[in-house]
Amino acid sequence: MSEPLILGIETSCDETGVALVRGCELLGDSVASSVDQHVRFGGVVPEVASRAHLEAMTPTVRRALDNAGVALSDVDAIAVTAGPGLAGALLVGVSAAKAYAMALGKPLYGVNHLVGHVAVDQLEHGPLPKPTIALLVSGGHTSLLLVDDLATSVISLGDTVDDAAGEAYDKVARLLELPYPGGPPIDQAAQRGNPKAIRFPRGKWGDGTYDFSFSGLKTAVARHVEDADRKGRPLVVADIAAAFQESVVDVLTRKAVDACVEHGVRTLVISGGVAANSALRALAGQRCAEAGIELRVPPPRLCTDNGAMIAALGAEVVKAGLPPSPLGLATDTSLPVGSPLAV
Amino acid sequence: MLLLAFDTATPAVTAAIGETDADGAFTLRASASSVDARRHGELLAPTVQGLLAESGLDLAELDHIAVGIGPGPYTGLRVGLATGHAFADALGVPCHGVTTLDALAFATRRTEPFLALTDARRKEVFWARYDDHLTRVGEVRVDRPAEIDTEGLPLIGDGARMYTDALGSPAVEPYLPDAAAMAELALLRLHLGEKFPEPVPLYLRRPDAVEPGAPKKVRQWVK
Ligand SMILES: [Zn+2]
Repeated sequence: MSEPLILGIETSCDETGVALVRGCELLGDSVASSVDQHVRFGGVVPEVASRAHLEAMTPTVRRALDNAGVALSDVDAIAVTAGPGLAGALLVGVSAAKAYAMALGKPLYGVNHLVGHVAVDQLEHGPLPKPTIALLVSGGHTSLLLVDDLATSVISLGDTVDDAAGEAYDKVARLLELPYPGGPPIDQAAQRGNPKAIRFPRGKWGDGTYDFSFSGLKTAVARHVEDADRKGRPLVVADIAAAFQESVVDVLTRKAVDACVEHGVRTLVISGGVAANSALRALAGQRCAEAGIELRVPPPRLCTDNGAMIAALGAEVVKAGLPPSPLGLATDTSLPVGSPLAV
Repeated sequence: MLLLAFDTATPAVTAAIGETDADGAFTLRASASSVDARRHGELLAPTVQGLLAESGLDLAELDHIAVGIGPGPYTGLRVGLATGHAFADALGVPCHGVTTLDALAFATRRTEPFLALTDARRKEVFWARYDDHLTRVGEVRVDRPAEIDTEGLPLIGDGARMYTDALGSPAVEPYLPDAAAMAELALLRLHLGEKFPEPVPLYLRRPDAVEPGAPKKVRQWVK
């Protein structure tokens, strides 16, 4: 028979995602987002997200099953995000996953959200070469990973020391009086701007680490705005957005390509919500081509948080023969990336 | 008729399996409770697993699920509801909501009026007035203990125990809900054909969230 059918459940932030995956094939999925409820607050409100997850949980499971054309009784294993993420949000998904696993008499696997962002690429581009370097960029994370095996060997090379890249976009968007989430409007404005018009700092540039820092950049944008105020200079949104974006993607792609070269890795995966950014895709494509590295970026709908990434990682964990999680599985808001499977 | 009941709206994680015969006579098949306000998510599923082992029953034999809808601190409360919804969905059985204070009140078997109070944190309590163990008067409310007119009635629940000074009367047991009473109450309601509240949390407060103010300065943007 074919590979096992995995039901994946993701509730770590503001998307309730459910998907059905067999091996590297996505059979069907469904995502319910509470992003609209957070817009007026300019960021994700944990209690609002948790309430939305509870409301959306079982209806989203049903929609995913319908889209996949399978029955709940066909499912062979349940995978769920155990962390990292928001405590109350994670708890809704894990509680539901345990109940589904018990009722179906199938094993439960609590898996790592960050590794899921890498695993999801297999659904689009097939099995990942071993090893692979992965750059995860979203509102919640900015991580550079060395992935030898999705289920058993993921090493963190670097992380942000302050804001996540997507968080910097949100904060700068608010400064420029652009809507939340900040990624798309800044990306759009930047396309009309001159990235060389202003020189913003590149955090942790050339410091010999694979860590990132974006809070200095955010402060520099704020200072530029205040300075222009004082001197009565016009504030050209497109130029500020383009220069900010160039600073972000320059550091991200430089460090990612350096990591590939240092570790002799020929494949770079970029995933997470910010992977949809056009400047990041363009510059990463150019630098990877120059260095002879294959660049893999999942389609935008798989880059943002969803159940498919969790089911895809669940499929790897089952294939590796790892033991299921106990029913007493705890959520872990800061689950380290070195643990693809929570214990 | 077999029913699984559980509640995670208070520091207790409590679960029980009850059964009624055709005449509505109740038998408790298994029950278990533990108190750990921070580990609802870890404790509930193993507790239910333990009940099944103890009673020799299979989840597939259940006819109904009943779950406490609070009120209670939200993170723990949602563990029970998410579990109840998923069980009901997977097993194809109905999931009924039971107000947590109603289960606490039912356990007293009292035939005279009393108040039931549970901890709402932030120096407030969730509370309701009962004419007897089956009859709540009005809605459940959230208030500061000193603002509640206790009418000199007996006060049950951990909310009463935490604020005896402000309430001006001592607390009497039970302090925390027991799913055994919740299962019996739910089966009684089923037998009588009474309606249940929806299995959704009783949120008596809005989420804490502040909308950012308008920008302080009016700036001239070149868009
Ligand atoms: Zn994510």
